This record gives sequence, structure tokens and C-alpha cells, in this order.
Amino acid sequence: MTDPTPLLRVRELNAWYGEGHALHGIDLDVHEGETVTLLGRNGVGKTTTLRAIMGIIRKRTGSVSFAGRNMMQVPLHRTAHAGMGFVPEERGIFASLSVDENLHLPPVVAKGGMSVKEIYRLFPNLEERRHSPGTKLSGGEQQMLAIARILRTGARLLLLDEPTEGLAPVIVQRIGEVLVTLKKRGMTILLVEQNFRFASKVADRFYVIDHGRVIDDFDAGQLPDRMGRLHEALGV
Amino acid sequence: MIFDIPIQAFLGQLLIGLINGSFYAMLSLGLAIIFGLLRVINFAHGAQYMMGAFAGYLLLATFGIGYWPALILAPLIVGLASAVIERLMLSRLYNLDHLYGLLFTFGLALVIEGTFRYYYGSSGQPYAVPSALAGGYNLGFMFLPKYRGWVVLASLLVCLGTWLLIEKTKLGSYLRAATENPTLVRAFGINVPLLLTFTYGLGAGLAGLAGILAAPVYQVSPLMGSNLIIVVFAVVVVGGMGSILGAVITGYLLGLLEGLTKVFYPEASNIVIFVVMAIVLLIRPAGLMGKEA
Repeated sequence: MTDPTPLLRVRELNAWYGEGHALHGIDLDVHEGETVTLLGRNGVGKTTTLRAIMGIIRKRTGSVSFAGRNMMQVPLHRTAHAGMGFVPEERGIFASLSVDENLHLPPVVAKGGMSVKEIYRLFPNLEERRHSPGTKLSGGEQQMLAIARILRTGARLLLLDEPTEGLAPVIVQRIGEVLVTLKKRGMTILLVEQNFRFASKVADRFYVIDHGRVIDDFDAGQLPDRMGRLHEALGV
Repeated sequence: MIFDIPIQAFLGQLLIGLINGSFYAMLSLGLAIIFGLLRVINFAHGAQYMMGAFAGYLLLATFGIGYWPALILAPLIVGLASAVIERLMLSRLYNLDHLYGLLFTFGLALVIEGTFRYYYGSSGQPYAVPSALAGGYNLGFMFLPKYRGWVVLASLLVCLGTWLLIEKTKLGSYLRAATENPTLVRAFGINVPLLLTFTYGLGAGLAGLAGILAAPVYQVSPLMGSNLIIVVFAVVVVGGMGSILGAVITGYLLGLLEGLTKVFYPEASNIVIFVVMAIVLLIRPAGLMGKEA
């Protein structure tokens, strides 16, 4: 954390679902090239944090700045153009679009994204099934498609919500390899993950969230010392 | 002779059915596109159809602009006017229950039709068939007016073109995706509010195109749309709300069914479409080609 200006800087982020106050002042930083993981039990506000950062939840206060730019007043359809790419928990693959159309749906927002060729090299299954309807893919393939379509856009920050949820161990491993590849390419990743073992292999830093607040943060190196407290916080 | 019906009468009614079906198909296509993305039941669709016919009539009467340029200009005028209405008014209602969109467009239809009736009266204005399409062909068993053949052909081309736009283009993939999950499409950086405005303009423009095509067949009158739109709503219900292919196919089929009924049991010809609608609602409420909710 020597870099004084993080790529993503979130301060005092509050968010509401209708009348429900879901986030109570989240503070977090994600530096260029870092993979940061939000840990926490079900329903503590991890997904809400990603959605509020992205601006999908509009009822929010505090500050979100990305690459030095205040994102709070930016309309949702301009957020991606600033370089934030969102992969939702439910994956959001469109049934009425083919795999290829799903892949090409998000507009390219900056140079430096992967070419379709590179993407199909990384995910050979998708190329084989490029003309199938998006939702005819298996859960694992849908998750890979959800990640792949953001890689094409040239986004600098990947907001990745529970990519391993409900997937077989061999697929989880494959997604882990993909994230490591992305890290090597310099992608910045903010990951929400329940699968602690998976997260511990890819993340550089962790935030622990409870009741809509950050209750702890530490580097990957400090992980062994924290295991006791972490088990308590996560209830695992 | 079929069942004691002269073949000429039979084929003549079939042709009228096909022409009516062409208008049902074009109009229900626009309704289906608007409903699919905006979730608005566009009650102003009949008024927009009427505006298309009047645009053609006024272009000719005021500027001397003939049928062929009007075929492009009338849908553009109706589409743009409707896009402005969407942006300024209809778009403010999206956060509310869908009922408000229906009520708004219903009121809008009354205002538009009332305004035209105030200035032009209720009686129809004639609009001449363009000279290139005057006359007709003697097919031996019946006489086919050229213009009516053109309406059927034009309607098929419009429906096919719109289907290609939605199924085979990039813009169409945005429309389909936004129909499924508008928030996520917006989060990907696509200007969904603009897409909604465009879609409303497109649907209304299709109605306007149907209107200018109809001008030489029916007369141009302020109430021409309200007479037709109730039937078109029945077509959309039978085809399945939001199903584009369902709207088009059902449009043609019900037009033909109506024509056949005029041959075999003329007394029922005004209600046969509504009887079909009632049966479909009872047996398959989502419509013949709609997805079961």
C-alpha cells in the first residue's frame, strides 16, 4: 500500500434497498493490479457492496472514486465506460442471445481488452458452443462466459461476484487458473467469495465484512495468523 | 363452387382477409416490440397508425409530396413525434405500475384523435392510389387490384425486415438482452433509456407506416385507428404478449380467418377474432406463441 492513489477508493459507502439500510459506511481501497477479496457470511452486504460500487444500487451515499474520478453522479450506463466491468452473482447470461452474441454484447470501453481469439483460446468450450443459446451452457460454462465478455471490453477493474458458487471442484479450479492468468496480465480484481480456500489462492488482500461494515482487513501473508479470528467471523 | 359458394366470392374474401391480416400483422408487430422492451401496452398505437395516414394526406395536400416519399416520411414523422412523447412523458412512468403506462397511452390516443377530429371532422378524406399501382390484374378467376397486392408484399417485407433487425443485428441483440435484464445491459455500458426511446419510436413508426399504406385502401379519418386497434389487441393476445413472431403469424392467420368467416357465416365475421381470443385466453392464457409465465 505504498501507492498513494488506489484505482478504486471507497469511503463511507452507505446503501439502501428500499427502506432497508444495507451498508453502514464501507471503506476500502483496491490498487492497480491487486486482487482483493471481500469475505463474510451470507447476507452481510458483500454483493450489495459490489452493486453499490457499480452504481446498480442508486440509493447510496459516501464516495466511490475510480481512477481518480468521482463515480457517485455518473449514470449507470456510463460507469462501464470508465473501465469498471461487472460479473453478477447470477451470471446474467441472456437466453435469447447466442454465446457469441452474449460475448459481444458489452461494448469495448478501452484498448487493451482481449481479442475474441484470445478469449476462445482461454475458454475453448465457449468456441465449440458459440452458436448455442447462452443459457444452454452448463453452469461452469456460463460463469466463464460471464467473465469472458468483460475481458473483451478492456475494463481495468473486474467486479466479480461469487464466481465459484454451485460449481464442481474441477470447474472451480479452472476459474482459479483463469483469475491467476488475468492477474499476470495486470487486471485489477475485486472479488466476493464464500469459498475461502479458493479466495486464499488468488487474493492479495482481504476485507472481512459484517453487518454492512468492514470489520477487518489483512494481506495474504498475514492469513495464517488470522485463521482463528476468521473462522469465528465467517462461522466456518 | 365450394360448398355452394362461388369461387370468386371465396377468393375475393380471402384476399380481403389477407389485406386486413397484413395490417393486423404490422400493427401487432409494433405493439409486441414496444410491450417486449418497455412493458407498456401502447393504447396510442391506433392513433399513431392514423397519424401515419394523415401525415401522408397532409404532405400531399400541403406540400404536394406524393405517395412514395411519404412512404418514408410518414413513418419518420410519427416515429420521431412518438419518441419525443416517450422521452418527455412516458419515460417518467416506468418506475410505476404498468397500468400507468396503459392509462397514459390511452389518454394520449384520445387527445390525438380528438385533436384531429376537431380540425378535420369525422368523415374520411380520400387518398388516391399512386399511378404506378393503379389498375390491376385479371387472374382469370378474380380481379386483383395492383395496390392491394402491393400492400400484402410491403407488409411481408416490413415484417421480415423488422424480424431481421431484431434477430440478426447488434442493435437487435441489445434489444433482446434489455428485454431480459435492462439493469445488467445498462451496467455493461449500453444507454438503455435511449434504447427505450428508440424502440417506442420504432414501434410507433411501424404503425405510421401501416397508416400510410392503408390510406389508399381505407379512407383517411381520425377514427380509423380506434376501429382497428381493438382487433389488433385481440391479435396480440392470441399470439402471445411480447412474442414478435407470434404477433406477425397470428395477424395474417386471423385476417384470413375473418375473411373465411365472411364467406361461410357472414353474421359472425365481426366477432370471430374475439371468439378466438376468448378461447385462447381460457385454454392457453399466455397466447399461442407466448412463453408460459
